Amino acid sequence: MSLLQVQNLRVEFPTRRGTLVALDDVSFEIAPGEVLGVVGESGAGKSMTGAAIIGLLEPPGRIAGGQVRLEGRRIDNLPYEELRRIRGRQIGAIFQDPLTTLNPLYTVGDQLAETMTTHLPIGPAEAKKRAVEWLELVGIPAAAQRVDSYPHEFSGGMRQRVVIALALCAEPKLVVADEPTTALDVSIQAQVIALLKNLAREKGTAMMLVTHDMGVIAETADRVAVMYAGRIIEIGAVREVVKNAAHPYSAGLMGSIPPISHRVERLQAIEGAMPRLSAIPPGCPYNPRCPFVFDRCRVERPELMPAKANRAACWLYAPEEAHRLQESGLA
Amino acid sequence: MPEPIMLELRDAARHFDVSRPLLQRVIAREDKRILRAVDGVSFQVPKGTTLSLVGESGCGKSTVARLVVGLYQPTRGEVFFDGMPLAEARADASKRQRMQMIFQDPYASLNPRWRVSDIIAEPIRAFGLIRDRRKQLERVGELLTQVGLSPLDGQKFPHEFSGGQRQRISIARALSSNPEFLVCDEPTSALDVSVQAQILNLMLELQKRLGLTYLFISHNLAVVRQVSDRVGVMYLGKLVELAPSETLFHTPRQPYTRALMEAIPDLEMTGRTRIPVGGEVPSPITPPPGCPFHPRCPLANERCRIEVPAMIPARGTPETLVACHAVEEGRDGFLDGKPRLTPEPA
Repeated sequence: MSLLQVQNLRVEFPTRRGTLVALDDVSFEIAPGEVLGVVGESGAGKSMTGAAIIGLLEPPGRIAGGQVRLEGRRIDNLPYEELRRIRGRQIGAIFQDPLTTLNPLYTVGDQLAETMTTHLPIGPAEAKKRAVEWLELVGIPAAAQRVDSYPHEFSGGMRQRVVIALALCAEPKLVVADEPTTALDVSIQAQVIALLKNLAREKGTAMMLVTHDMGVIAETADRVAVMYAGRIIEIGAVREVVKNAAHPYSAGLMGSIPPISHRVERLQAIEGAMPRLSAIPPGCPYNPRCPFVFDRCRVERPELMPAKANRAACWLYAPEEAHRLQESGLA
Repeated sequence: MPEPIMLELRDAARHFDVSRPLLQRVIAREDKRILRAVDGVSFQVPKGTTLSLVGESGCGKSTVARLVVGLYQPTRGEVFFDGMPLAEARADASKRQRMQMIFQDPYASLNPRWRVSDIIAEPIRAFGLIRDRRKQLERVGELLTQVGLSPLDGQKFPHEFSGGQRQRISIARALSSNPEFLVCDEPTSALDVSVQAQILNLMLELQKRLGLTYLFISHNLAVVRQVSDRVGVMYLGKLVELAPSETLFHTPRQPYTRALMEAIPDLEMTGRTRIPVGGEVPSPITPPPGCPFHPRCPLANERCRIEVPAMIPARGTPETLVACHAVEEGRDGFLDGKPRLTPEPA
């Protein structure tokens, strides 16, 4: 059975000019020990999905429909206190900026120990001991001394290691990592990704990895969901999505990434920009930018359907449109 | 005949005094703290070509960009623009207008209270290139068309545009004084990847059409590969490798360059096991003696800890300039056909 089930999740932001739909009918599952990558451009709703799962939506955003289930139990409608206990114990969170995640007034050891005594049946002495062990585990040199240091005494990469320790120390079943390496330099990024991946594998932790960096996803995730304008438009095994994307948007996204291995004459760009939430077009949200658009795309909204080895929300893959798929050259 | 040189830096350096106030320093018995953001950088950019500078945050690449356009004065060394010392070139409006800069953040670099047509026309008015109002607007329309926007967009304000469109406006403004040389400081790193491709394509097209020379600053090696003729790799305020783009990406020589390339997550998914480079960039206030990379370098030996390596042609790839004792002495195993990133087995 899957560890996390998200079904038809809908997040709305009421504003003076009407209700904005930030997430629209988002459904996916994560199995124990699995890494699901969530990619998309800024404003696609990928961070919003993570925030909705851990119950940290910024007001006035609210879950307006659908369900989030952890091990079969609904967690999207729990009272604040109950959800707080699940957060940390069952779900760990890693955010982009390690400096705002850590409390500047407490030593990193205190913060680790506090998390563990809150969520695990252990005393302060044991927690302190484990804090040192965790710092060693995430590769902080001289952990026994550094445990009494404050966050400002660490460099960016080291802080993100502390945040990883903090997210994993209560041994949660699921970690939601939102752009965990975006604030880091590329040589540090590689260290942190390797660490995150190995720890998750060792502890059997499932992970939802939100990032805009396809390289990170390709190296880390088992499956990947591509988001566009608040919807999942393609989901499948990472190799299939990266190498053989079905949805025209995913294919365009992969094509627009500059390759490191060779120089290309001209990069494949997607014309236009993602629509604002207040002006999502009817039908398929990608239709104004899509090179293969036809009448149906402008009227009728596609659901996820089998497409190549993945599932994609694109009318080209409807059985009755097979001739169009042939013509498009995407098949 | 070699192309004439558009820009040359000779041992340029820029230091910043980041000491605490005098009184506190006296009480704490501290010395002055000098941050060596750029510490002796030399390179040339021939006309019509692109030189890229890459490196991690804090390596000094943006400081070089600011030195080049005269936003900072060099602490040491010289900057020449079109064969003329930069200070003289900057004092002469007809020279100054030939150099423009594109900044990273298109949300911060456009005045939100100005209409786009005024933003783009500002350099035209400042340099007095076109006096007639109507002709100015015609020129703005041309520039907007050139960067893929509509002449009617001139009536709008910056907030009506997306990030990619704003960066197009920045480019149109930079082009309005008919420059030959553009300094681009991370022009696409605030943009989404599909939009980044649009902007990079536009910049390459404009270079071809207008014969522009670019100094391109970026931390993204894949982007650099797509736009550059030559690439310089910076580390802690120094250039550590400078080579033609193809050579650099095909046969990187400096251990730092090689580590950097190793570290990039890629889409190829070859399942290669890579050796992530350990450690972190040291503080530029207290750089290590000798080669700045030696504390992290697997090939470092006693000489690397003491002697600063000079930029010299690399053995094996003489078109590459590299600052590395290991390469000079052949300790990197390149000449034996077995390049390695680990110390020689004793």
